[in-house]
Amino acid sequence: MAMLSFERKYRVRGGTLLGGDLFDFWVGPFYVGFFGVTTLFFSVLGTALIIYGAALGPTWNIWQINIAPPDLKYGLALAPLKEGGLWQIITFCAVGSFVSWALREVEICRKLGIGYHVPFAFSVAIFAYVSLVVIRPFLMGAWGHGFPYGILSHLDWVSNTGYQYLHFHYNPAHMLAVSFFFTTTFALSLHGALILSATNPPKGEVVKTPEHEDTFFRDTIGYSIGTLGIHRLGLFLALSAGFWSAVCIIISGPFWTRGWPEWWGWWLNLPVWR
Amino acid sequence: MKTFFTVLGASIAFFLTIAMFGTSGWVRPPLQTTQNGFRGTGMDQIHTRAGVAAAKDANLAPAPADPAEPGEELAGATYENVQVLKNVSVNEFNRLMTSMTEWVSPEQGCTYCHNTENMADDSLYQKKVARRMLQMTQAINTNWKEKHVGGTGVTCFTCHRGQPVPANIWFTNPGPNHTSGFVPRNNGQNMASPSVGLSSLPYDTLTEYLADKNIDNNAIRVNATTALPTTKGKPIQDAEKTYGLMIHMSEGLGVNCTFCHNTRAISNWSQSTPQRTTAWHGIRMVRDLNGNYLEPLTSTFPAARLGVLGDAPKVNCTTCHNGQSKPLNGAQVIEPYPALAKSTEVAGAAETAPAAEPAPTAPAPTPVPAPQ
Repeated sequence: MAMLSFERKYRVRGGTLLGGDLFDFWVGPFYVGFFGVTTLFFSVLGTALIIYGAALGPTWNIWQINIAPPDLKYGLALAPLKEGGLWQIITFCAVGSFVSWALREVEICRKLGIGYHVPFAFSVAIFAYVSLVVIRPFLMGAWGHGFPYGILSHLDWVSNTGYQYLHFHYNPAHMLAVSFFFTTTFALSLHGALILSATNPPKGEVVKTPEHEDTFFRDTIGYSIGTLGIHRLGLFLALSAGFWSAVCIIISGPFWTRGWPEWWGWWLNLPVWR
Repeated sequence: MKTFFTVLGASIAFFLTIAMFGTSGWVRPPLQTTQNGFRGTGMDQIHTRAGVAAAKDANLAPAPADPAEPGEELAGATYENVQVLKNVSVNEFNRLMTSMTEWVSPEQGCTYCHNTENMADDSLYQKKVARRMLQMTQAINTNWKEKHVGGTGVTCFTCHRGQPVPANIWFTNPGPNHTSGFVPRNNGQNMASPSVGLSSLPYDTLTEYLADKNIDNNAIRVNATTALPTTKGKPIQDAEKTYGLMIHMSEGLGVNCTFCHNTRAISNWSQSTPQRTTAWHGIRMVRDLNGNYLEPLTSTFPAARLGVLGDAPKVNCTTCHNGQSKPLNGAQVIEPYPALAKSTEVAGAAETAPAAEPAPTAPAPTPVPAPQ
């Protein structure tokens, strides 16, 4: 595997969080590390269990394979393997491998001496997943509130869980999350378009500089956030989308059990116009 | 100036945040959840443990009165002007009158309906309404026994709860008597009405679907039955009305949509829970009660008891259920009151006077392969 000329000097010992020098080596282009080993362990075990769960089920149709969480009656206890126990172990493996991957990113950041922005961003995605299958089920008192592992079955769960609150679009955190998802897409498309426009001048002209890019946005909307700023904004928008997604599902159930439209009663009851 | 607006904005945000956290009614664990679908489908009822306990306490059925001494004398032969409870023994008749007073007018007593100078006198409108309500109760306990109320049955208390006028009645909602903003008409929606759970859905969906006893049986059904459209189908406004009615049913029963439906295919009977059948009949029962018992009383009620548009007070799901899927915690209330369990107008008869709507044919389930 080819290595960039400057890369060799960063392939240095140290910066590990766990395991010292034991796993501090590379396999081809890939850094291993203690968390590389745990990532591999959990992901292989989890994937094998998913295949085992699919084998137990009635179908190999990729859309219909379903590994469902336990019945609510098991509460926060362990369930029999074929009645949700498999889901519990797979969930444990999934969390284990996601967290291992994030910590491996941290080790690489430490080796390179760069900020932790990438593992932090990935952590928000992990947080959203953990909210769904650990935090919310724990607060509601049963692992059975987690979502099932299956392409169509998890969508059915999303539908029913939304209708548990009669009309999920009235969930205020869901509103924020959806707005952030749209905004991050919008910001990325503006940014991508701007970069491509500056780097693709007409034939015979030179590539334009960030000054051109800034001027374009100053002329259109009076302000340009700048070359570094757009990436800060993009990270903020994307992480906010994931964060408020997590919030919107954690509050649905543990902190609000009725229809979400009713939540807005506080607004209707403000003393100003009540 | 900048400082002023900063402070103003910050304080408005601060007070809105306080109001949002303090007055919207957030709850907290522990929860009490029940599962009514296959594991992992998300078909669960979500309540707080405290909320379930509070609802239970707020819906206690009263203890039935001591059984009446047996007796041969019939009320119809002993008292004057007994029209409905004719074939009830005098002792049972008096026991029922006492219970009715406790159920309906515990503070006002007998005089709420009766002229105590002459108990047979029909001069008070309350007495005429009560007579019709007795017939209605008997009809519910016979005509709707198999389809909706089961062996649990209903008494006056199921709706009245110790009040002459039940708390959960409704009238046709004429909407605001002003235009709002620049909108020339509101299309009957966007009023955050309690009848649709404060959503923007059409606010008078109850009149549309629960007041008309002769309504088309498929009026509520808006889902297509085929994967691809074969006809023009129903407009989205109809779907919103149906959604509004469904929110009313959920709120009235203290359940969510998944109590009856697997929302992956809301209209599909084979994927729905058995409760949906009970609810389907319940909708027909409410139409029967409103159309055959309450609307005909419009001229009997004084104007003060009528709605803004002069319509009679009507029942909906909440009137009996009061936030529980089984009214009064599912207490068996009819057995101690056999006089309310069937018509007592004709000796030995079991059928009530007004013929209820013919038994609806069971909703035909659409055969669909069961989901894996």
